[in-house]
Amino acid sequence: MLDPILLWSGLVNGLLQGAIYALVALGLTLIYGVLHIINFAHGSLLMLAMYGVFLLFSQFGIDPYAALPIMVVGMFVLGYGLQRGLISRASHGRDENILLVTLGISIVIENLALFFFQGDTRTIDVPYAFDSLEVFGVFIAIPRLIAFAAALLIAGLLWLMIQRSDVGRAIRAVAKEKQGARLVGINVEHIYAVSYGVGIACLGAAACLLMPTYLVYPTVGHAFVLIAFTVVVLGGMGSFPGALLGGLLIGLCESFGGLFLGESFGQIGIFLVFIVVLLFRPSGLLGSRV
Amino acid sequence: MLEISSLRAGYGALEVLRGIDLSISAGEIVAVLGSNGAGKTTLNANISGLYRLFGGSIRFEGEEISKHTPERIVAAGVIHVPEGRRVFPNLTVRENLELGAYRRARARRSANLDRVVATFPRLSERFDQKAGTLSGGEQQMLAIGRGLMAEPRLLILDEPSLGLSPLLVEEMFELIRRLNDDGLSVLLVEQNVVQSLEIADRAYVLENGAIAMQGAAEALIEDEGLRRSYLGLA
Ligand SMILES: Nc1ncnc2c1ncn2[C@@H]1O[C@H](COP(=O)(O)OP(=O)(O)OP(=O)(O)O)[C@@H](O)[C@H]1O
Ligand SMILES: [Mg+2]
Repeated sequence: MLDPILLWSGLVNGLLQGAIYALVALGLTLIYGVLHIINFAHGSLLMLAMYGVFLLFSQFGIDPYAALPIMVVGMFVLGYGLQRGLISRASHGRDENILLVTLGISIVIENLALFFFQGDTRTIDVPYAFDSLEVFGVFIAIPRLIAFAAALLIAGLLWLMIQRSDVGRAIRAVAKEKQGARLVGINVEHIYAVSYGVGIACLGAAACLLMPTYLVYPTVGHAFVLIAFTVVVLGGMGSFPGALLGGLLIGLCESFGGLFLGESFGQIGIFLVFIVVLLFRPSGLLGSRV
Repeated sequence: MLEISSLRAGYGALEVLRGIDLSISAGEIVAVLGSNGAGKTTLNANISGLYRLFGGSIRFEGEEISKHTPERIVAAGVIHVPEGRRVFPNLTVRENLELGAYRRARARRSANLDRVVATFPRLSERFDQKAGTLSGGEQQMLAIGRGLMAEPRLLILDEPSLGLSPLLVEEMFELIRRLNDDGLSVLLVEQNVVQSLEIADRAYVLENGAIAMQGAAEALIEDEGLRRSYLGLA
């Protein structure tokens, strides 16, 4: 019959993986919720951030965790600049153009990565990569535990920022009432860029948390972003707690799906749950009702 | 305080305002009247910098503001309570009010919050409720309260009585008069012609994007033509 240790390990693995999915999805859902666009550059920007962590480590010997503040600030600035300088300019505020612009950005980034790094996979060798901790008979890799805790912490801080700060209030105001926001003196273009920047900064954090145990290659973002899209839709487009819950849920689906259906079928579990949830709650778990 | 001259404005190729001259002195209530589609809201939107003018000039306290961004115009103290209220439906009443002080008077935010709540006691009962769940009248109070949070020097009100019950309309005009007694200058766009003229110092009548009539409010209220076209009185 079912081995409890196996179930326990499935649970642990699912949650650990799910927290990272949630972090990637948080950025996506924030950008969707405020700018009302689907950021097709999300996956390639995650890849770019992972190469950033790789380079900081291999060129300058900076530990990926120490690189976190650098990457968060760097990716925020990149995101802010992309939105303000490129996406908003090139799209003239038309949604279908924005879609193409973000798609274009992702193609450019991926080809640059192919040019500079070829298709090879790269890893970084940190001394603690294989440290682990035994909890009730299951070995948990310490870097994944750190990633889990940090992802939840970052999600919590982001939530506080959105709920409690002036910038957060302005972000929520712009998301639903642009004209009203202009009339209280909010610079809407600035808030758009801040939101995009914060969404991309999440990817910088995710990259630092991933690199100790992952490899990076030019298309590494694809797998993540497909799951992140699923998470965002599952949790409710634009819903913050929804992205967190959805991320953990998808992590669990993947892990238990793999356990029961075998590795290669693990992802089927994700889409089964996805379809079932949307059948009963078309606007997602925590999305506002249509 | 506000000087508008030869203002031309509109949307894309459509010219809505065709050469408007209008002025407001400090401490005045100036009413802008006109039928639907005359261009009243367009005028307000252009004063607030939401659109680029086609031509002409807008000066506030001597400074040309027609090329300024909306946030600079807010910072200067021109506060616009728009038609349709435009409150933030997903934010609580308190958050809406706090955002009123986003660009201006932020240091005195909590004192002003108390003042606004004293003006609209109903809002304090709804403080932690999402603005989207308020009634239309309550949202109108919130929109005005949000505007007052910025300590306006010139307050632009676009149909503040729209959708209010007769009793609340009465209260609304009383409030505008009170704010004006405290020294606030007001540009009032209204459909309630008689009540507007009763509290206004001067008024302009806008027709098809041009000023058709202007003058002291007492004089206009007696005007035969105006009475015929806007009040349906013979
Ligand atoms: N955003 C817009 N884009 C294009 N045309 C517009 C826009 N807003 C208003 N118009 C047009 O400009 C003209 C003037 O509209 P405006 O809203 O300024 O009138 P108004 O005097 O405020 O009317 P009301 O009393 O109904 O509020 C109308 O013919 C309207 O169709
Ligand atoms: Mg109007």
